[in-house]
Amino acid sequence: MGGPPRIPLLERRLLFVTGKGGTGKTTIAAALAQLAAERGKHVLACDVDAKGDLAALFEAGPVDFVGREVAPGVVAMSMDTEASLREYLKLYLRIPVVGGLGPLAKTLDFVAAAAPGVREILTVGKLCYEVRERHYDLVVVDAAASGHIVSQLAAPQAVNDLVKVGLIRSQTDWMLEILSDPRRTGVVAVTTPEEMPVNETLELAGRIRSETTVQLSAVVVNRVLPELFGLHEEEAFEEVYAHTEGLSKLLGGDAGPLMEGARLAVTMRRTRAEHLRRLREGLGSEEASAGAAPAPVLYVPYVFSRAHGLRSMRQIALALGEELGL
Amino acid sequence: MTPGRTARPGRGGRPRPTRSPGRGEQFEGAAGDRGPDAAGEPHRPPGRPKEGTLDGLVASKEIVIACGPGGVGKTTTAAATAAMAAHHHGGRVLVLTIDPARRLADALGLSTQGRGGHAHHHGGGLGNTEQRIPDEMFRAATGTSPRGELWAAMLDTKASWDELVRMHAPNARTRDRILANPLYRNVSGRFVQSHDYIAMERLYELHSQGKYDLIVVDTPPTRNAIDFLDAPARMADFFSSPLLRWLTASYRSRVVNFASRPFYLVADRILGSQFLGDIAEFFILFQSMYSGFVERAEAVTRLLSDRRTTFLVVSTLEATPVREAEYFARALVSRKLPLGAIVLNKVLPAYLRDRDTAQLAEQLRDGSRSLGERLSSQLGTEPDLTARVLEEIADSFLNFGVVARREAEQQADLATRPEVLATVPYFDADIVDMGGLLRLGALMWN
Repeated sequence: MGGPPRIPLLERRLLFVTGKGGTGKTTIAAALAQLAAERGKHVLACDVDAKGDLAALFEAGPVDFVGREVAPGVVAMSMDTEASLREYLKLYLRIPVVGGLGPLAKTLDFVAAAAPGVREILTVGKLCYEVRERHYDLVVVDAAASGHIVSQLAAPQAVNDLVKVGLIRSQTDWMLEILSDPRRTGVVAVTTPEEMPVNETLELAGRIRSETTVQLSAVVVNRVLPELFGLHEEEAFEEVYAHTEGLSKLLGGDAGPLMEGARLAVTMRRTRAEHLRRLREGLGSEEASAGAAPAPVLYVPYVFSRAHGLRSMRQIALALGEELGL
Repeated sequence: MTPGRTARPGRGGRPRPTRSPGRGEQFEGAAGDRGPDAAGEPHRPPGRPKEGTLDGLVASKEIVIACGPGGVGKTTTAAATAAMAAHHHGGRVLVLTIDPARRLADALGLSTQGRGGHAHHHGGGLGNTEQRIPDEMFRAATGTSPRGELWAAMLDTKASWDELVRMHAPNARTRDRILANPLYRNVSGRFVQSHDYIAMERLYELHSQGKYDLIVVDTPPTRNAIDFLDAPARMADFFSSPLLRWLTASYRSRVVNFASRPFYLVADRILGSQFLGDIAEFFILFQSMYSGFVERAEAVTRLLSDRRTTFLVVSTLEATPVREAEYFARALVSRKLPLGAIVLNKVLPAYLRDRDTAQLAEQLRDGSRSLGERLSSQLGTEPDLTARVLEEIADSFLNFGVVARREAEQQADLATRPEVLATVPYFDADIVDMGGLLRLGALMWN
């Protein structure tokens, strides 16, 4: 049939999309949700930071903990730990809580401030619950940035270590079962071909493997610049560059800035290519040391467009779909 | 008080360098007029910095806090600011980074190990203890020694919490019990929110020691960029809450009264009594440090709004970071905190937005066939190949032009105007050493 091999990323049930700030993890999360929905899946897209950026990409207004359909097949919600606690109490203790939680919520705030892990558990717990109850085919999480995601994913294990008996303990057991199953749960690390994002991604890959039970399912490289010149073209460019004045005469205007622009584009692309190479190599040796196959790397081109939001997100979804072999 | 710290510089006692900006004077030498080409120029006459520039702003402060959304070059901006201040203003300058990802170490060329693993468990590199950056690094980059000293430290959350407990615990027994409490160990080592508070606390500690003339802080990547501003106040609230007192008091006395009973029944079922016991112990022990903590948190809050402190909001001109930066700048203003500058990083060069050149690019793209033929006859190159290259040059220019214009619009839309607005052009090479840091710094400075 040709084309790239199919990568079964969207067949998972729970995807945590993370990455260094500024790499576009929210856009990638939205694009994954969009792609899955276009293929007939019923998708929950959850914004953990509650900044509303995820829903904004669908241009359908703000969403809350309950969630709302923002595109055909995509329900978006934003995480709210107090609402999550309320839901939890209602489900497991049959304590209906009307309105605010009062002293209990305040206590929770204190416990969460002093003994975090509680907040993380309520976040991860709600997401795992949606997976367990099969309310959706796929839950895509616009998760915490790479500096924080490990704490979030490791929270069930951490709490499991702390709490030996009680309801919480039995809760973390089933959460861990879902999180540890690579067929159901995965992390998608978003990066850009720049130095610091690549460093952070490699560090993240190591920490996910050593500190959590979750699998790194894919690395998405966002904003990959197109190659400007092919092999012989580069030589031809150098000749034209050396002859800028001649071109200026032919054009009847200063071609200098055009040439500088092309030079800048070439330099940017070249610096980035080096980081891409480092990323692939780093991921390869990282996984080899673990005796596993490296996570697939998916490339999303830089979108040169005025548009933000829905239009540019759809362009990115198209590119991602191609990379996944859909 | 602080055992285990070695290699600390001597305290105070040294005369501080004069750092008052030159008022009423016009351009100081040529420093302000240098273009980006001279950016690498290491040594400039020790003239007085200009007002309305980052140079002038930083020269009169003792604390500079770099904040803003993630991924915009906050850490690098902080490091470059500190390096420039140490190099040109003199004095003892410390850059304190908080980011667990160790990016500052990369930029300073200090971290060559531990990538992809537990970088923070390796020895060497940056640590909670301040380290002097060797003058040799400046000399290698610029050929001259810095006027002052550059120091760097990385926040180690766990070590900083332990130090805080040692400082405030009423006695050795309480101290040991806190340090051994399983909940405490989780708070200090494992989880992230505690970064917010401890970062500001450590800043306060370092500042009050008086060893440094300037401390530049890189703020933690918080869920919301402003979380850390509220962290000291939250900490104080936490310890002074009547609810917390009620909770721990009733647990301590084991008097199961009518008011607390249902709560414990529920809590027991959710958490299990062992965990509940750990929580209660943790709170009870922490309460013994109440007054020390609250006083401290209040002092930290005061320091943030001090006149000697300034905030740099760092951003790029992409839509999401700009929105967050703007929000952050407004939050600073509404809290009466000193917003000193907005630093816009990675800005594409202005010539990419030039309308005439864009028209020329369109002309080039549309006429690439015939232009290619004519040019190739002059150059002796292959016509098709030349036409293709011309078309690609034109396309590339038009593509980047779209992005550059989008950026310019974002910048024009910035509603908050601080004292200093610095734009830093796109840097075509990665910053891997002091030379890069100083080149970037020079671009920010004026």
